[in-house]
Amino acid sequence: MERESDGPKVKKVLALDSSGLVASVAIVEGNEFGSSLLAEYMVNYKKTHSQTLLPMLDEIVKMTELRLEDIDAIAVAAGPGSFTGLRIGSATAKGLGLALQKPLVAVPTLDGLAYNLYGTEKVICPLMDARRNQVYTGIYEFRKGLLERIEPPAAVDIREIAERLCALKRDVVFLGDGVPVYRWKLTEILLAELLQAGKNHFYAPAHLNKQRAGAIGTLALQYMREGKVQTAAEHRPEYLRLSQAERERMEQASNGPES
Amino acid sequence: MEEKKDIRILAIESSCDETAAAVVKNGREVLSNVISSQIALHTLYGGVVPEIASRKHIEKINDVIQEALDQANVSLQDLDAVGVTYGPGLVGALLVGVAEAKAISYAAKLPLIGVHHIEGHISANYIENKELEPPFICLVVSGGHTHLVVVRDYGEYEIIGKTRDDAAGEAFDKVARAIGLGYPGGPKIDRVSKEGNPEAIHFPRAKVEDAPYDFSFSGVKSAVLNHINGCRMKGEDVVQADIAASFQKAVCDVLVAHAMKAIKDYGISRFALAGGVASNSTLRSMMKEACEQRKIAFYHPSPVLCTDNAAMIGAAAYYEYRKGIRHGLDLNAVPNLKLGER
Repeated sequence: MERESDGPKVKKVLALDSSGLVASVAIVEGNEFGSSLLAEYMVNYKKTHSQTLLPMLDEIVKMTELRLEDIDAIAVAAGPGSFTGLRIGSATAKGLGLALQKPLVAVPTLDGLAYNLYGTEKVICPLMDARRNQVYTGIYEFRKGLLERIEPPAAVDIREIAERLCALKRDVVFLGDGVPVYRWKLTEILLAELLQAGKNHFYAPAHLNKQRAGAIGTLALQYMREGKVQTAAEHRPEYLRLSQAERERMEQASNGPES
Repeated sequence: MEEKKDIRILAIESSCDETAAAVVKNGREVLSNVISSQIALHTLYGGVVPEIASRKHIEKINDVIQEALDQANVSLQDLDAVGVTYGPGLVGALLVGVAEAKAISYAAKLPLIGVHHIEGHISANYIENKELEPPFICLVVSGGHTHLVVVRDYGEYEIIGKTRDDAAGEAFDKVARAIGLGYPGGPKIDRVSKEGNPEAIHFPRAKVEDAPYDFSFSGVKSAVLNHINGCRMKGEDVVQADIAASFQKAVCDVLVAHAMKAIKDYGISRFALAGGVASNSTLRSMMKEACEQRKIAFYHPSPVLCTDNAAMIGAAAYYEYRKGIRHGLDLNAVPNLKLGER
């Protein structure tokens, strides 16, 4: 009752992120004047998202005495990430959406990660290990309190992203499960270049450096106000990468006529 | 006392390259059976590509489920349980159906029942044969499986024979590729064989030592490849239809012989075929004839229930439901799940 007199209706979102090593679920509510994290559960242990994600969600739903019918949307980290992990999150969100007849909000995984570092003056570079010597990454910054993309999410070689960061000549902060894999390589490429420009690079601390469904849910509230929602039926992950078979087939097709 | 209530189950199947959902009443009455096939897509690659299959499942699954509910004219509130294939199969593909089914069961507060894919194929026989009840012997033949099973009771299986190498359907696919028919091999060989002579070439009928009900199809497959090479070396024509017919006959001879031996040894007078290869017309007619000679009741599902579908999963889930089997929100996909294990 109190809230309704405060202004625009408070929306409530269930959020899921199983895109990487972390499994995370959250319940977030808010309107354009503010948002509140009611519950968040993240586990960065063994990657058995298929077994853990829904029990984790059930736990926070019980803890907050949430009636599932009362939520306004289901938010999901929509990619990039582990193909299987993304599909576990997506299929869970789609099943919830179908049964509850609620819309889905697809939040790009890397935007969600970058949003962990709300308000920083530095540029933000989330890194997820994409194997085959690549990372899923992008470059972000906050302008007037809004998350903006300098480089959109893509699967690129670690050197390529490091060189773009050198060219920006700004302080940069890294986060994500790609950090432990590429930390020394990044230092090697970046340190001298950035120091020359009087800048440095940083690594986000433990409580901010992995996927958090709370960030996905909070961004989802913003997307909902912008009308960026999907039906559960039309939602699908954004892999940012073809399957190996498709890739090889396209390579053959493009090499074929010449040889 | 309360009248026995009708049980309606929403079933979901995504273990390989079909996205399927169905609503089944009391295990035997199909209210809807929706299948979205990906065969055309995988034909480009000469077989099922797991990652592509998984991606397609997630695109289609909600539409397929909604279509199944609409065709059955039910909403989730009218249902009693959700059944889902959780193995065996392609892990990435299975996970889509499992995660979706768990979320629906959770949000709609319906019991969840994980079903074994092969148990589904066997149970497909219950749908069109209302009188069929265990015990019976079932030969499950598909692209991934060749199992000779004694069905003791609902949900109680004894596997007495299986393949040591290729599944029967797999051998069909490989031979079809070798003779230039392409994927999927089963239906193509079946069709081409009608114009060929099944006695034209003698291919081996393999026996597995000390395991009278087991199968081996890699030998016959190699024999076909050798035959083709031989023809080419000698400059002879490779007669596609004769090879297809002779190969098919060799495989069916073994399947029939093993099945009839099991019927005799176990003294069971009912026999059922199941799985994708159960649609093969030669296999059906040979089995029918063999059963008629021995006065054995012969059952087989119609083609739409032989291929991967969810109605069969709904049939199997019903008997699990009746036994009180329920799975939790932590149900996982088990790509190498054994029949009869839970």
